[in-house]
Parts: sequence; structure tokens; C-alpha cells
Amino acid sequence: MAAYPERLRGPARCRPGDEPVVVFEDVRLAFDDNVVLDGISFKIYPGFTKIFLGASGSGKSTVLKLILGLLAPDSGRIRVHGQQIERMTENELFTVRDHTGMVFQEGALFDSLTVGENVGFKLYEETAMPLPEVRARVEEVLGFVELGPYVDRMPSELSGGQRRRVAIARAMAFKPKLLLYDEPTTGLDPITALTVDAEIIKLRDLEGVTSVLVTHQLRDAFYVATHGASRAGAGEPTVAAVADKVEEADFVMLREGKIVFEGSADELRVADDPYLRAFLS
Amino acid sequence: MPAFTEWLKRALLEVQDYSKLTMATARCAVTRPFYWHDFVEQLDAIGLGSMTVVILTGLFTGAVLALQSGFTLDQFGARPFVGRLVAASMIKELGPVLTALMLAGRVSSGIAAELGSMAVTDQIHALRALGTDPVRKLVVPRVLAGILMTPVLTVVANTVGLLGGWVVSTQNLQVASGLYWSSVVDGLFLEDVWMGLLKPFFLGFIIVTVGCHVGLRTRGGTQGVGRATTNAVVAASVGVIAMDFFATQLLLSLLF
Repeated sequence: MAAYPERLRGPARCRPGDEPVVVFEDVRLAFDDNVVLDGISFKIYPGFTKIFLGASGSGKSTVLKLILGLLAPDSGRIRVHGQQIERMTENELFTVRDHTGMVFQEGALFDSLTVGENVGFKLYEETAMPLPEVRARVEEVLGFVELGPYVDRMPSELSGGQRRRVAIARAMAFKPKLLLYDEPTTGLDPITALTVDAEIIKLRDLEGVTSVLVTHQLRDAFYVATHGASRAGAGEPTVAAVADKVEEADFVMLREGKIVFEGSADELRVADDPYLRAFLS
Repeated sequence: MPAFTEWLKRALLEVQDYSKLTMATARCAVTRPFYWHDFVEQLDAIGLGSMTVVILTGLFTGAVLALQSGFTLDQFGARPFVGRLVAASMIKELGPVLTALMLAGRVSSGIAAELGSMAVTDQIHALRALGTDPVRKLVVPRVLAGILMTPVLTVVANTVGLLGGWVVSTQNLQVASGLYWSSVVDGLFLEDVWMGLLKPFFLGFIIVTVGCHVGLRTRGGTQGVGRATTNAVVAASVGVIAMDFFATQLLLSLLF
């Protein structure tokens, strides 16, 4: 196996005084003889975006499952929202998950429930929020992803892009501070993928949600890293390229369970590592 | 030898995971939150949904039992006792076991396919990510509904089986109706009825827990779901027969 530099860049950027939302310290995970993550460390700060790139099987999605406590590491430490989670029980993890949303690959919508029931699932099932308030919140988040009229449809009646946007609405319905996106644009055409990217940007910039994006779609990764959303008054939000946004997004390149690069979009573009060049070309 | 060791390891892991699931189910069944809506839904799906297949199975089993035993009893001039034989066979053994086998085919496979599809499409992970315990939400309502509905369905199968036996006895074997029913009552002891009523609780538990266990462990896309469905039916059917033996032994020692 080729030797890669430990990291091509230093620690993630942050605003002064910010405590990281997620901290990985020397995390290792293997399934039998297959080493998925081999001692990875990184930090994610509030309001920032971390974008994990890498080939299929490089361990990107596993990172998200570890952040959410869906998997436990073999060794190393994971801190999320200030809590050490790697040895937590399932019940203890539910309190951490109250502040973390995840958009799964293909959406993972509950196919026996309507769009509205999917979006309000956590609020209906796991909170004591009155039903009229839940319905209002469901309408609000579906409006945010521009799918308000689809509230009574079944997931099977939606297109791929609509399913991803419903998945985003479901993940944001309970106002999490951290949102994890697992290949949210894979399998979508470029135009539809941009609408999903726009939702990610809007959530980050208008709702202040910290984002972790796993993808191997470079176009989407750079789009999210270089664009920002703003809203003038009560009007519709607009998404446009913003020069200083690039400083709020960190790229992490995984290869065979190791981090081989961590840095901004600009730094990634000029990196001279042969693997990175091959990946970017 | 390494292949055998590997097989043994996998089998032990399977048993360990099944035990963990049943213990988690027991714990979740007696603690909050409890998903009443899902429980009622499962009572309907397992109970009412299986009614037709159970009625047909019971009816024809009782009928064929009367037909076969009637002609055998004839050789000893004991045709009037056909009701006794039908009742004893149906209520003690055939009613509970055949109902359970039908449920293994219908319910266990259905649960494995449903949970398996959820597992391979990340819906189980999505449930956990949304703060819902899959055991509480998916397993507990199914297990409780299965444990409660299997005895009910067994009683239905027994009743319909006795009716099937009555039809054959009166129409084919020319046994008087009153004689048939008095023979049915004579052939049953209270202990037999208890055994027929208690055994389905054990069998229902096996049917549903096996379905849930196999479903939640499903991997490998749609092919995996197909495999899980087959495995659930096979494992639940074998489990029913094995559990029937052990439950019968236990109940014999307790009741007689």
C-alpha cells in the first residue's frame, strides 16, 4: 500500500472561542479483517461545512454513522455536541440524536407513511408537541424545500430529487444543530442535484445548521463549498457564489480508511498529490 | 474442519443475537414508550389478516381427520367414537401446530420481508437517527400481537375443525349429530383444553420473534430480502415443531 502523508493540512478553521460540534480522535473501525477507518482525527466547528470525499468503500458513510452513534468504533474517541458518545448506550444516544439530523443515501423514507407523516415522524412519535403545531411545522419545512403541495403523497409517487428533498425536510423538522448528508445527490441528474445542493446551502446559511456532507460528486461538493444563501426581507431565498464561503468549508479526502487531505476548496484545487489529482481530474 | 468451525461460529452468533433481541423485546415491552397504534395495527394484520387461512386449514383438517379415522374405527365397530378422536387430535395437537405452521408461512415471512426491506433501504437506521428504538417501534408490537392472536386463531381453527369433522361424520359416515357432539365432549379433559390453549402462546412467540430477528439482520438488497423471507419460514416452521415438543413436555409435567 502506498504511503500517504498523515495530513496535507492543519486543523479545521473556526471562529475564536467556538467549541467543536464533532471531534474524532484516532478513531479506528474494522469489520472482521476489513479495516474501514484507520486512526482518523478531525474537528467540525459550528456553522461550518465538512465535506468528505473519497472513492466507494473509503469509509465516508461510516464516518456519518459513527457521528450518529449508529456504529461504535473499535478504538478512539468521538465527541458530539460536547458529549463522549463512543461507549454510550442506545438510550443515551437518543439525547445526542435530538440535535443531529441525517439525510440518508436514497432518502430512506418510510414507504408506508405519507410525505407529511415522514417529515413529522419524530415530532409525532417522540415529542409531546400538540398535533396542530406538528402539522404547522411539517408545512413550514415542506415549504422550505418547496414541496408543500406534496404533503399527502406517498414516497413512491415522488421523483428521486423530491425524495431527497423530503428526506432533508424530515431531517430538519426537529431543528437539529448538526445535519449529516450521505451522498444526497448520487443518482440524480445535474439539474435536480443542484436543487438538493441549494437546500443544503439554505439550511446552513439561513438556519445556521452545521453540515457534514459525504459525496463523490465533485461538482456538488464545490458548489456547496463556494455558494451561499441569503434572503432579502420576506422574499424567497437566493443562492449565489460567495467569495468568502470557501473559508467556511473544509474538504476531507479519505483513502482506504485514512485521511489523505484536509483543507479548503482552493487548497484542494492546487494539491499536487497524485491520488488527489487523479480524483479531481 | 475450518468450514465447520466457521459454521459453528455463525450459528452461535445467530443464537446470541436472537437471545439479545428477545431480551431487549422483553425489556421494552414493560417500559415506556409503548406504541399502542402499532400494536393495534399488528393485532389486525396478524389476527384478522390470518383468519381466512386458519379457518380453511382448520376446516379441512377436521374433515380429513374424521374421514380417515372414521373408516379405521369402522374396522373395530367404533365409528360412533369418531368425534372423540377428532376432538382429541384437533385440540391437543393439530389445531395449535397447524395454525402455528400457517402463521409461520404467512406472518413470519411477512414480518421478515417487511423488516428486511426496511433494513436494506436504511429505514431502520433512519428510525434510530430520528430517536426511535426499532425494537420498541417494530418488534414489541408484533411480538405482543403474535403472542395474543395465535391462541385466538387456534381456538378458531379448533372450532372450525370440529365443525369440519361434524360435517364429514354426519354426511359421509352417517354418524348421528348428537352422538358426534357427545363423543367430542367425552373425548376431552379439562387438561387437554388447557394444553391446547397454552401451547399457542409459546408458538406465537417463536413465529414472530424469528420473523423479526431474520428481518432485522437482512443484508444484500432485494436478493437478501428474498433469502430472509425463505429463512424466516424455514426457521419459524422448525421452531414451531421443536417448541411444540418442549411446550408439550412442560405442560404435561405441569397439568397432569
